[in-house]
Amino acid sequence: MSDEVAAPEELLEIDYRPPKKGWMEPTVEFKKGTYCYGAPLKHQEYLGLPNPRQWQPPDEDWQLPENWKDIILEGMDELLNKYRSFRLFMDICVRCGACADKCHFFIGSGDPKNMPVLRAELIRSVYRKHFTLPGKLFGKMGGARELTEDVLKEWFYYFYQCTECRRCSVYCPYGIDTCEITMMGRELLNLVGCNIGWIVEPASNCFRTGNHLGVPPHAFKDTLDFAVDEIEELTGIKVEASVNRKGAELLFITPSADYFASPHWYTLMGYMHSADMAKKLNAKMYAEAKRLGVKWILGGECGHMWRVVNQYMDTLNGPADYLEEPVSPITGTKFENSKSTKMVHICEFTADLMYNNKLRLDPSLNDHWRLTFHDSCNTARGMGLIEEPRYIINNVCNNFYEMPENTIKERTFCCGSGAGIGSDENLEMRLRGGLPRANAVKHVQEKHGVNLLTCICAIDRATLPTLLQYWVPGVEVSGLHELVGNALVMKGQKDRTTDMRGTPFEVEES
Amino acid sequence: MTAVLFFFGVILPYIAVLIFIVGIIYRVWKWARSPVPFRIPTTCGQQKTLPWIKANNLENPSNTVGVIGRMALEVLLFRSLLRNTTTELKQGVRKLVYKDSLLLWLGALLFHWSLLIILLRHSKFFLEPVPSFLLLFERWDGILQVSVPSWFPSMFPILFISNIIILLALTYLLLRRVLTSQIRYISLPADYLVVLLILGVVTSGILMKFFFKVDVVGVKTLALGVITFQPSVPADGIGLFFYIHLFLICALIAYFPFSKLMHMPGIFLSPTRNLANTNRISRHVNPWDKPVKVHTYEEWEDEFRDVMKDAGVPLEKEQ
Repeated sequence: MSDEVAAPEELLEIDYRPPKKGWMEPTVEFKKGTYCYGAPLKHQEYLGLPNPRQWQPPDEDWQLPENWKDIILEGMDELLNKYRSFRLFMDICVRCGACADKCHFFIGSGDPKNMPVLRAELIRSVYRKHFTLPGKLFGKMGGARELTEDVLKEWFYYFYQCTECRRCSVYCPYGIDTCEITMMGRELLNLVGCNIGWIVEPASNCFRTGNHLGVPPHAFKDTLDFAVDEIEELTGIKVEASVNRKGAELLFITPSADYFASPHWYTLMGYMHSADMAKKLNAKMYAEAKRLGVKWILGGECGHMWRVVNQYMDTLNGPADYLEEPVSPITGTKFENSKSTKMVHICEFTADLMYNNKLRLDPSLNDHWRLTFHDSCNTARGMGLIEEPRYIINNVCNNFYEMPENTIKERTFCCGSGAGIGSDENLEMRLRGGLPRANAVKHVQEKHGVNLLTCICAIDRATLPTLLQYWVPGVEVSGLHELVGNALVMKGQKDRTTDMRGTPFEVEES
Repeated sequence: MTAVLFFFGVILPYIAVLIFIVGIIYRVWKWARSPVPFRIPTTCGQQKTLPWIKANNLENPSNTVGVIGRMALEVLLFRSLLRNTTTELKQGVRKLVYKDSLLLWLGALLFHWSLLIILLRHSKFFLEPVPSFLLLFERWDGILQVSVPSWFPSMFPILFISNIIILLALTYLLLRRVLTSQIRYISLPADYLVVLLILGVVTSGILMKFFFKVDVVGVKTLALGVITFQPSVPADGIGLFFYIHLFLICALIAYFPFSKLMHMPGIFLSPTRNLANTNRISRHVNPWDKPVKVHTYEEWEDEFRDVMKDAGVPLEKEQ
């Protein structure tokens, strides 16, 4: 952890009272630890992004193209005509404030511009100025602002302080979704070359290698072989893992972070700035399924990927008519809810196995864990995958404790590091954004002695350890299927003395 | 004088209604013209999945019935506001505490419902004969009258529950905006304008009913004339407060299409609420979809062929 981050007590001195200065005055202060670095020139160029240059947000001169204002306004007009969500959400907010204290970044920072309503007003005010009559006629009185370089800098700061988690849209009486607004804001910023490294680099790597870290295929194979060996060592069973095998029944797609020893960072499908970019990267999934001739696709534990798979993939790159409607080869269950997209979530798959008693499980193998479950934003609010993971948890462990109702399921709090802003230089803001999540974990730690936070998202697994170490020391993070692996009793396995992490089981005295 | 009354009683209402109708159609048309490229409902409950897991069709609809139900809950009962909480950071114990906060929901719901009831009551001015259900409806709304003692002046007009409630609700909504520092911070002049305009309409209406009597028969004659396009203004006048009331209404409805009041038609078009979460069941088509340049498998294998071969990964092409 960086030494520069203040102690928790200091970070908790949050003042929720708004400042004297009105919000229409742009705030342009890039405080260390609260923003992400600009993208390296090399990767901007590889992806062919506009206005490539070496730059950093605190720079006085952003080296914008001469006609940057026209570019933004024309881009805005285009997006307004392409997305009903954008146009509608620009028009119908009544500023009731129901969303205000629902954002983890507002709760953690107290900065009024992190209230979802004001985050949206940053762009709405410009929309009013240039696209509505009252804004043109009455200017500031009509809630309108001129688009200036300072306003653009403010956009950059606050649209990269939103993790597109959609919690606010659950509470909004009109369903206004800040994720849509942030995506549009970021897409506009991208038009004039204002992008962050933590997104552009993984996107560039994904485009080239298919994973966000730029891991070449042989290294991936090595990692997988290593995992296979490790499983053999722990359990005495040699599992078979095939890569690039044609004619397999299933294609398994997992977040790239999953094949690293410790939880790692992941962006693969999270690159949602631009529908075009998402389409480019996402196209690989179906293309590979087709090339390998599989019947359907099984998707691993990942949040952003699943938002894309559930709400975008079929539209972007379907129809996948060369695949078959998914049927579990083990239980024969038809996955009716994915008959068009042909991609099944691993939790749906595993829950079905358990329901049909196809797995021999010994939940006591997880008795060293007292765990709680963190619903990932995308699977909860972009899908509704809520009971499947809980069913699995209840089958594989004996000590499961829910966090308070207000902080789970569709009301779950974001880890604070999603949507591309999980970089180290942004640590203070991530810790602030993660405060509500961590606080709920702390609650169950104190009440039930919880020592493990389980989740089904790679970004969570990458960023929550840092978060918990800071706010709730003593609670570890795991994926859900790690617990399944622990509890799994396989035919012919040797006596297990350790869990999947190699931690020896405690010997119960009786 | 007649010309002035004709302007305020006939011309202005016609203009205002015209702006209202044309404006709303224009705005809704603008929204409707922009497509919904992706199906993006905010799911607030369990998805439809394996048959033995109970799906929540109202919070996460998987068919049209569910969507209609979800929209009905949202429009009629303000479902989402019902979730409202306030967040507080307890410094001593360093704990975030969330409390249910239903005042906003209550205030908004009471305001909107009493407005609807008042609008329905007013339809008696445009209908002759007045349908019996409207009269019955008015009786219910005036039910408080029963409790008024009999010695109370019998000439005193009916005290409608809806009038009391709308005044209270509007006052709450205004005070909340002024007194809560965060809400005050996000409020625009337009937010005050709207609530003050509606308060003006309500107050002038109540005043003319209780204190500054107007000629109700004259109001009805004017209303029927305007709505049948045979407008005439009663020669002996109706009363100043009626014209103030009418003017404020005209201002409100003419402003409607330019304002945030467009949330009324807008909610029906909201893609996070009015779409079913059937994304994996049936394909949603994006009308502006276009092909993009992708990085193909062949290009990828070309770049990594040698190392893949060394690692024993199967290849498409050996060379």
